[in-house]
Amino acid sequence: MSPVLAGVLQLLALMAALALAYVPLGNYMARVYSSDKHWRVEKWIYKGIGADPDTEMRWPAYLRGVLAFSVIGVLFLYALQRLQGVLPGSLGFSSIDPDQAFNTAASFVANTNWQSYYGEQAMGHVVQTAGLAVQNFVSAAVGIAVAVALVRGFARSRTGELGNFWADLVRGTVRVLVPIAAVAAVVLVACGVIQNFSGIHEVGQFTGGTQEWNGGAVASQEVIKELGTNGGGYFNANSAHPFENPTPFTNLFEIFLILLIPFSLTRTFGVMVGSVKQGYAILATMGTIWLGFVSLMMWTEFAHHGPAFELANGAMEGKEVRFGIGGSSIFAVSTTLTSTGAVDSFHSSFTGLGGGITMLGMMLGEIAPGGVGSGLYGMLIMAIIAVFIAGLMVGRTPEYLGKKIGTREIKLAACYILVTPTLVLVFTAFAMALPTPANSMTNSGAHGFSEILYAYTSASNNNGSAFAGLNADTQWFNTTLGIAMLLGRFVPMVFVLALAGSLAGQQPVPATAGTLRTEKPLFTGLLVGAILIITGLTYFPALALGPLAEGLA
Amino acid sequence: MNNSVSNTARLLGAGLRALLVLTLVTGVIYPLVVTGIAQGLFNDKANGSEIEADGEVVGSSLIGQPYNLPLKKGEETPEPDLKWFQGRPANGLGTNSVNTQYKLILSGATNRSGDNEELIQWVKDAKAAVVKDNSTADFTVKPSDVPADAVTSSGSGLDPHISPQYADIQVHRVAERNGLPVAGVQKLVDEHTEGRTLGFMGEPRVNVLELNIALKELLAKN
Repeated sequence: MSPVLAGVLQLLALMAALALAYVPLGNYMARVYSSDKHWRVEKWIYKGIGADPDTEMRWPAYLRGVLAFSVIGVLFLYALQRLQGVLPGSLGFSSIDPDQAFNTAASFVANTNWQSYYGEQAMGHVVQTAGLAVQNFVSAAVGIAVAVALVRGFARSRTGELGNFWADLVRGTVRVLVPIAAVAAVVLVACGVIQNFSGIHEVGQFTGGTQEWNGGAVASQEVIKELGTNGGGYFNANSAHPFENPTPFTNLFEIFLILLIPFSLTRTFGVMVGSVKQGYAILATMGTIWLGFVSLMMWTEFAHHGPAFELANGAMEGKEVRFGIGGSSIFAVSTTLTSTGAVDSFHSSFTGLGGGITMLGMMLGEIAPGGVGSGLYGMLIMAIIAVFIAGLMVGRTPEYLGKKIGTREIKLAACYILVTPTLVLVFTAFAMALPTPANSMTNSGAHGFSEILYAYTSASNNNGSAFAGLNADTQWFNTTLGIAMLLGRFVPMVFVLALAGSLAGQQPVPATAGTLRTEKPLFTGLLVGAILIITGLTYFPALALGPLAEGLA
Repeated sequence: MNNSVSNTARLLGAGLRALLVLTLVTGVIYPLVVTGIAQGLFNDKANGSEIEADGEVVGSSLIGQPYNLPLKKGEETPEPDLKWFQGRPANGLGTNSVNTQYKLILSGATNRSGDNEELIQWVKDAKAAVVKDNSTADFTVKPSDVPADAVTSSGSGLDPHISPQYADIQVHRVAERNGLPVAGVQKLVDEHTEGRTLGFMGEPRVNVLELNIALKELLAKN
């Protein structure tokens, strides 16, 4: 069997597994976020928080909950890292410097997991397990909560109420993330992922001498890193490290975990707005873009253009033998089209066009299928833009799911899509104009520019992957990337929740013969077009200077 | 004003309590339960899949390692011990990665791009070395036969595998250096070639450490 065919079969197997999970998981999540009943353990948690889970919140209250919880998350994680040197169970690692601790705290709370540290040389058991992995869970639960609030905005009418943030946060964690993670972690251990709390110890080698290993609760963290589309590796090499991702099966399984919730949430959306077909239309849009990107990636990586790869007879630099080109390509696209940023191969050593595809995936706003929660709300914002464009073409007031897209709604949607490009392009421009940031590049020329563009694209879109040649552990990068991650996560959430509040307050308009049928393939086509055109126009000049220049050289 | 300050304080207090409770659930109970199950059911795998030869631990079947001669005076990097099968290059890991020669398990890639001068030179040098080292009196390696994994570094820098093609190229050399028949060594490689999982997942591969352990056993028998 040729490697290309094997790659395609892996893709098909992955799609089949996702399709099997789609309806049950999507329906289950719809029940989780609609049920009036509280589990006993949840009641204990609410008592601990001191919050009444049955109080309905309007959008400002919901937003305040999100922000309060996230501010505390940043402060707590910052303090934990600063105190690492005196905490027990830290493998003897010292406290993290202030700028790096800020960067890492911002990164994990913002669901980004950009890492300017070497996991196996910086973070001990306590910070990894009780700090970083906890944010992997709760930042994902916050993302889903905000998406569910927006869906409720569409589903409800003549009320400003969007649900209760604390209830959504706790249910997402307790009923969705923890159960799936616990089962999946055991599967990973069964395949060879390590799970222990041993210290740094020496292990003998074949020809004499020793290797030094550190243990860790890797499987439990690896699972939520993928499932919550977080991406922060226990080890520096992330999912390329054999202790995180030991076999071709675990590789596919980890990609499955990355895509599982973001795709299934479109079902949840369909069920909650009362038309599963609307969910299918969103799913089809996400699936089309994802599949298109995977195909392009496989094509360019198998073709291996670039002097070093042609010389080597294949683009295997930065890739593991057990995954090969096919498995690495699917992973690279899935991680950058979601907000994950985990890597099983190193994007900086992909072909010029391959690197460009990973960047473009993030630039689309990570909506195909996107991060847990953030993918769905990002896509629904694009749907509003697409409906608006269609409305302009036929001269009708646009409406989506029975809600009028008026001035206020379109302003909020437009503000949403302006946030990340502004962050990416302004920060990249400053980094290129100033003298010192360029010292961090490993490669020169177009690829050097790509390293910096990639860093700000990854941070502002909350991805967290890197063209890892960039030495990002400098005060400049730690600080600016930290700011980009926080603004890129929470400013859009403000617009999403404001939009949700505005939609929930509306009286629904009945569908007429002139209503754009948003559950039809025509709309999916329109939506894909709108996404590609808007992103293309925004980022084309920057992409032309970096990956396109390299890929066409 | 006072009211809004106290409201904010109350909200932050709720946030802190929520974080502490959820830390208990996801940062303490969850990892401990998973660790308990892992250590109970898959003790060997949960601790790194250690592998033994002659009753001694010689590494992990998942982690690549060097097969070098002892470092001689004046050398910066040791020469490969050509008696054994060799893994993928990990020599060229750049300044941004601190992994040197698999010694400390610090993982990382070179992150060099396809048009990077250094990478081009590394590939050239590696290819020349593979051709030279593996050509014997009655077997010549053609540059076009050298597979990509033999001349490039992996993502982790710890890749435990090589492609079957790279293992095949090494057969004549290993047979010659150990005074074994070529057919016997080839048989060993074939036995240690793992196909794709279920026929389609991943790529065919050879675990270098397991192959070398088998080779050592074969030598002990002869």
